Amino acid sequence: MRRHIFIAAALAPVLVWTGPATAEPMIYGLQVEQAERRFDDGSDLYAWDFDALAGTDELKLVWRSEAEYLTQSSRFETLENQLRLQMPISTFFDAAVGVRLDTPAGEDRAYGVIGVKGLAPQWFELDADLYVGETSFLRVEAEYEGLITNRIILTPSLELDTPLGDDEALGVGAFAPTLEVGARLSYDLLDRAVAPYIGVHYERRFGETADLARAEGEQRDNLYFVVGTKMLF
Amino acid sequence: MTATSLARACALAAAFTLSLASGAAAGEYNLTVDRVTLDTGDFTRSAIGYNGSTTPTVLRFKEGEEVTINVTNNLDEDTSVHWHGLILPYQQDGVPGMSFDGIKPGETFTYRFPIVQSGTYWFHSHSGFQEPDGAYGAIVIEPEGREPFRFDREYVVQLADAHPHSGHRIMRNLKLMPDYYNRQQRTLLDFLSDSRDRGLAAALDDRGAWGDMRMMPTDVEDLQGFTPLINGKGPRQNWTGLFEPGERIRLRFINSSAMTYFDIRIPGLEMTVVQADGNNVQPVPVDEFRIAVAETYDVIVRPTEDRAYTIFAESMGRTAFARGTLAPREGMEAEVPDLREPPLLTMADMGMAHGDHGSMDHGAMAEGAMDHRSMGHGAGQPTHTMPDGSVMQGMNHGTMDHGTMNHSAMGHGSMSQDAMQMAATDPFYAPGSGLTPQAADGGKFLSYADLKAQKPLYEHRDATREIELRLTGNMERYIWSINGVKYADAEPIRLQYGERVRFKFVNETMMTHPMHLHGMWSILDVGQGKWNPVKHVVSVSPGTTVFMETEVDAPGVWAFHCHLSYHMDAGMFRKVIVEGGPAGKSADLPATPRQSIGG
Ligand SMILES: [Cu+2]
Repeated sequence: MRRHIFIAAALAPVLVWTGPATAEPMIYGLQVEQAERRFDDGSDLYAWDFDALAGTDELKLVWRSEAEYLTQSSRFETLENQLRLQMPISTFFDAAVGVRLDTPAGEDRAYGVIGVKGLAPQWFELDADLYVGETSFLRVEAEYEGLITNRIILTPSLELDTPLGDDEALGVGAFAPTLEVGARLSYDLLDRAVAPYIGVHYERRFGETADLARAEGEQRDNLYFVVGTKMLF
Repeated sequence: MTATSLARACALAAAFTLSLASGAAAGEYNLTVDRVTLDTGDFTRSAIGYNGSTTPTVLRFKEGEEVTINVTNNLDEDTSVHWHGLILPYQQDGVPGMSFDGIKPGETFTYRFPIVQSGTYWFHSHSGFQEPDGAYGAIVIEPEGREPFRFDREYVVQLADAHPHSGHRIMRNLKLMPDYYNRQQRTLLDFLSDSRDRGLAAALDDRGAWGDMRMMPTDVEDLQGFTPLINGKGPRQNWTGLFEPGERIRLRFINSSAMTYFDIRIPGLEMTVVQADGNNVQPVPVDEFRIAVAETYDVIVRPTEDRAYTIFAESMGRTAFARGTLAPREGMEAEVPDLREPPLLTMADMGMAHGDHGSMDHGAMAEGAMDHRSMGHGAGQPTHTMPDGSVMQGMNHGTMDHGTMNHSAMGHGSMSQDAMQMAATDPFYAPGSGLTPQAADGGKFLSYADLKAQKPLYEHRDATREIELRLTGNMERYIWSINGVKYADAEPIRLQYGERVRFKFVNETMMTHPMHLHGMWSILDVGQGKWNPVKHVVSVSPGTTVFMETEVDAPGVWAFHCHLSYHMDAGMFRKVIVEGGPAGKSADLPATPRQSIGG
């Protein structure tokens, strides 16, 4: 209940703020940051991370989806879907509010989302979101596109998830974060539309979150070799 | 159309015709707007053409003539034809939503207006992205009196930047990723060569300065990947104009590109610029000139040898070139030069110190040509207005100084090019601008400052008021605006009939904008008083302030916009309303749409 009130409160100013629609053309697109297979002895998985968006300069509706699918046990380890409203708050940054529904194998979770996303000085793409639910999370993502040539691009990335409380069912402990770092080397094959890549992806759990993983028989960290493709349509 | 309204329209039209100077001829012209297949030699795509052709249609009028142009829309979407640079009643101007409702699929719309000028102009669709998709043609108007210069033959040389993607797709891609089409960004390899040439510290400084602003020194062409065309033909297809040695040839250059400025030269031939934007200018011999999007320049060349000459038009960002040939016989070719090094924007192009250097303030102009202050640190307290309106004070642009002053080794191409750019001066570029053009053979490059009217069109008088238009934008979101407000959110600019308005353009972006006012002349201030050239497009370089004046003598509703298609669409556009004016003046002339038979 508390959660619903929070979401409504977050959305209200947005709806007022946008005012009457202008006759601007619709912007729409699909940005797939990751669509890849991660290889690790015995525990391969498929992963995706995309934003599908539609809207105007002033307000966009974004469907953000992230998932990890374990090939061996044929189940989603993570499956997150968010519906976000995104609007500019400064020259280089957008604010976003929305809802997130996690429906992996196991426990489902729902959150309200509030966050910022944009381009920091020196071309770092930043995404920071607060997820408010039974157990709240703070997630910070950063990415940098390093041009080796105008078509060969090295993209280091970092994602830090910090639970703000304990959620035993999810196997996380308060302030015990999960870190994901990666580096993907892509080649713009078809314009910017299709850019296949190879790379590495490393995940590590800290503190109590790591302890809970170990108790479940999982490793504290994983290093993957990845093959995938970026897409933009 | 009902009988009464038809009769009314006829009566009005008749009354208008009578009011014209007696003896006015009347000509009727037909244009169809069609889906065509464009083959550029590099790619083939579905495009739009007039009269079923990918070779641009040339309409030839005579000054004093009353023209009737029937435009039949064979597309499955609305269209429009705007007569770029023509002075006409606003209802005939062809801007949907302002002048008229547009031309529906299957409909024939009849334009009717008197031709009150002569020179080289063009026409294009003002609907959606039809113009980038190919909806453009040329207009040549013969003067009533004699031309003030001699020529034996003439050719229209209409340039365009045909892109394999449709205009809609390009706009969407730019909105999703503003650097989608920029394939000339600074890379790791560039960084390594910069560090080698200038030292690691300077290279890091440079990267840091641009990275802090989240802007790119390579943002010269938003849109790359196009094939430049001359009269509908790509470089491989080599449009050719024939001549006999010794003849004077008048070349009517028209830049109908969506986004691309060209630097034009004809190696081996001197060009004499005799007309700019349809108006005669005092002849200027040049080796090369830059043509902004939507401008026209007429030049006269006189090849005396029995050989071919290449018309070579490099895009300003040096990503592509248009190529045609002048030859005594069909099939002959001349050498095609290589593209020069792409330019890099400098901190000067970022608008450092704009407002005070005001390159077009009289006085500052003459001085500007010799003044190298801004190359060093001496430019006082330079300020830079960020896209969000905040101002950075006293930014120290170390990169330019270190990069260009210290290393006199000059061995490396990039070095000497930088040095040359620093030395080049043109009052219409920010001092130290990376965009300042230079003739390929070291000769004379045309500047706006060289343009003087052949005959003043208006009596010179002081402006009655000044309107400041800051050209603004947010590159990261691909939003372009004027005074920080995009068209969708903007109030119209209101002018009073009879005023003489002075427009002050302050370019706060890092891109060059060709500003185009419909319906009235733009008198570009080059500091020549009554001899200031009369234009329909005024190109404003990054980091500069440019003034133009307009005699407000055309009542009605007019468009005023950047002529880069995607900038215009993204909001760098204003509606101009001219209020007042004598009854019976152009504002009262009716538009006369009619349904085509079976349409
Ligand atoms: Cu523009």
